[in-house]
Amino acid sequence: MDEVVTTEARPRTWARTRRARSLATFRLRWLPPLVLGIGLLLLWEIGVALSGISPLVLPRPSQIFAVMIVKAPELLRASTVTGSEVALGFLLAIVLGSLFGVLIALSPLVGSALYPALVSAQVMPKVAIAPLLVIWLGFGLGSKFAMTALIAFFPIVINTIIGLNMTRREGIYLFRSLGATPLQTFLKLRLPNALPVFFGGLKVASTLAVIGAVVGEFTGAKSGLGYLLVLMVGNLDTAGAFACVLYLTILGLLVFFAVALVERLVVPSHMLKRFDEMGNQL
Amino acid sequence: MEFPARAGSVRALDGVSFSIAPGEFFSVVGPSGCGKSTLLLILAGIVPPTAGTIHCDGRELTGSYAKCSLVFQQDNLLEWRSVLDNVLLPVEIKHLDRAAGRARAMELLGLVGLRGFERHYPYQLSGGMRQRAAICRALVYDARVLLMDEPFGALDALTREEHQVLLQQIWLHERKTVVFVTHDIREAVLLADRVAVMSARPGRIREILPVDLPRPRPREMTETIEFNQLVAHLRRTLEDGYAAAGAER
Repeated sequence: MDEVVTTEARPRTWARTRRARSLATFRLRWLPPLVLGIGLLLLWEIGVALSGISPLVLPRPSQIFAVMIVKAPELLRASTVTGSEVALGFLLAIVLGSLFGVLIALSPLVGSALYPALVSAQVMPKVAIAPLLVIWLGFGLGSKFAMTALIAFFPIVINTIIGLNMTRREGIYLFRSLGATPLQTFLKLRLPNALPVFFGGLKVASTLAVIGAVVGEFTGAKSGLGYLLVLMVGNLDTAGAFACVLYLTILGLLVFFAVALVERLVVPSHMLKRFDEMGNQL
Repeated sequence: MEFPARAGSVRALDGVSFSIAPGEFFSVVGPSGCGKSTLLLILAGIVPPTAGTIHCDGRELTGSYAKCSLVFQQDNLLEWRSVLDNVLLPVEIKHLDRAAGRARAMELLGLVGLRGFERHYPYQLSGGMRQRAAICRALVYDARVLLMDEPFGALDALTREEHQVLLQQIWLHERKTVVFVTHDIREAVLLADRVAVMSARPGRIREILPVDLPRPRPREMTETIEFNQLVAHLRRTLEDGYAAAGAER
């Protein structure tokens, strides 16, 4: 009757099975993408060398890596600019997004008032108002900041609402039968229940935040990776442009993994399993 | 108690009137959709009756009064809390003494055979164990009445029988007033002091049958003639209820 659903080996064999398992995970999870990645890069390198395509059109991976290292000081300086735009914009989006999400989920009145406006704003292509933001906020950090926050805002609001509304009716009944206050019901039931979906929204938003910053810089800027990218394309420095893209990719990954790290600290791992497939697809 | 209630535009319950003695085990059987669950939600003060009143200790109850604790068919445990923290939820919400609550929780977990699983999470337990943890949660504070809505409905037949016997033990130990809703007549007869039979749409009480079988009632009692006569009688009342409902339509 007291069966427990854990699959732990006995201590004696534990160490060995663990080592064997981690080796197996390595083979299964890390080896295939590693082999594929290196293979593709080699193919690219050799293909470009043999076909004689101009490096202005398609530089070889080795040339791109060289630029990434040679121009590292310049690229890193630009990265800090774009990175701070992403970080601040993303944080603003988190604050506003979860605030609006909570308000909409908790108050039917606020919800019905705001929801149509929210959906329209989401449907509107945000890139289109990037030039307007430059008019309002200038060429400096302000407009990038706003663009990033604007793009990252929506998945956070939507997932906050979905997460908070996922609470089962029986849970609400339980809390009501205990005489819980609305605040207790929110803090002890709805909020913890919403966290996995909320973090799902944050992950999507984190990738969008980088897009927002780059779009902002494309529209008009004096520094940053997006600005540098436009500059290098103008100079026909294709390898440099590729290097910018790679730095942006690394920046995006850093933001994504920062969110994943916080998620891991805040949400019990067994609650995340439900969303594992979703998370792996990102 | 009397509360003809309307849920939405459907009259779920009509002329349901009965009283329960303190410490009594009162069971309600009826076909699905007869308003059994609605009845419990009204008793718990979660859904207000559209008409009628509920009295407890001679006083009329209004609004949410948190005197009843609920056990649902789904165990309803919070998956981000350990078993112990789940059991302690009422203590937290009601701001009761934590140390005393903890001691009580450990006692209850021992009583239902969950000692040693306090630190486990619900996902690590079987359905029966989860349901037992939910029963502990309902008993951890001093609720007047324990309301149970088909608590063993989701368990397999064998586990179910074990839990019926266990619930009886707990009840003999705790002597709480219990209102136990089920659609399993044998379960109702095995556990209850009195069994109310309900008919469907609108839910009406057709009969309240006392069960004068000696306690503790072991599993083997279900094989006795007296037991089966009571079951047969209740089944007939239930079927008459179907027929009557059919005739009204």
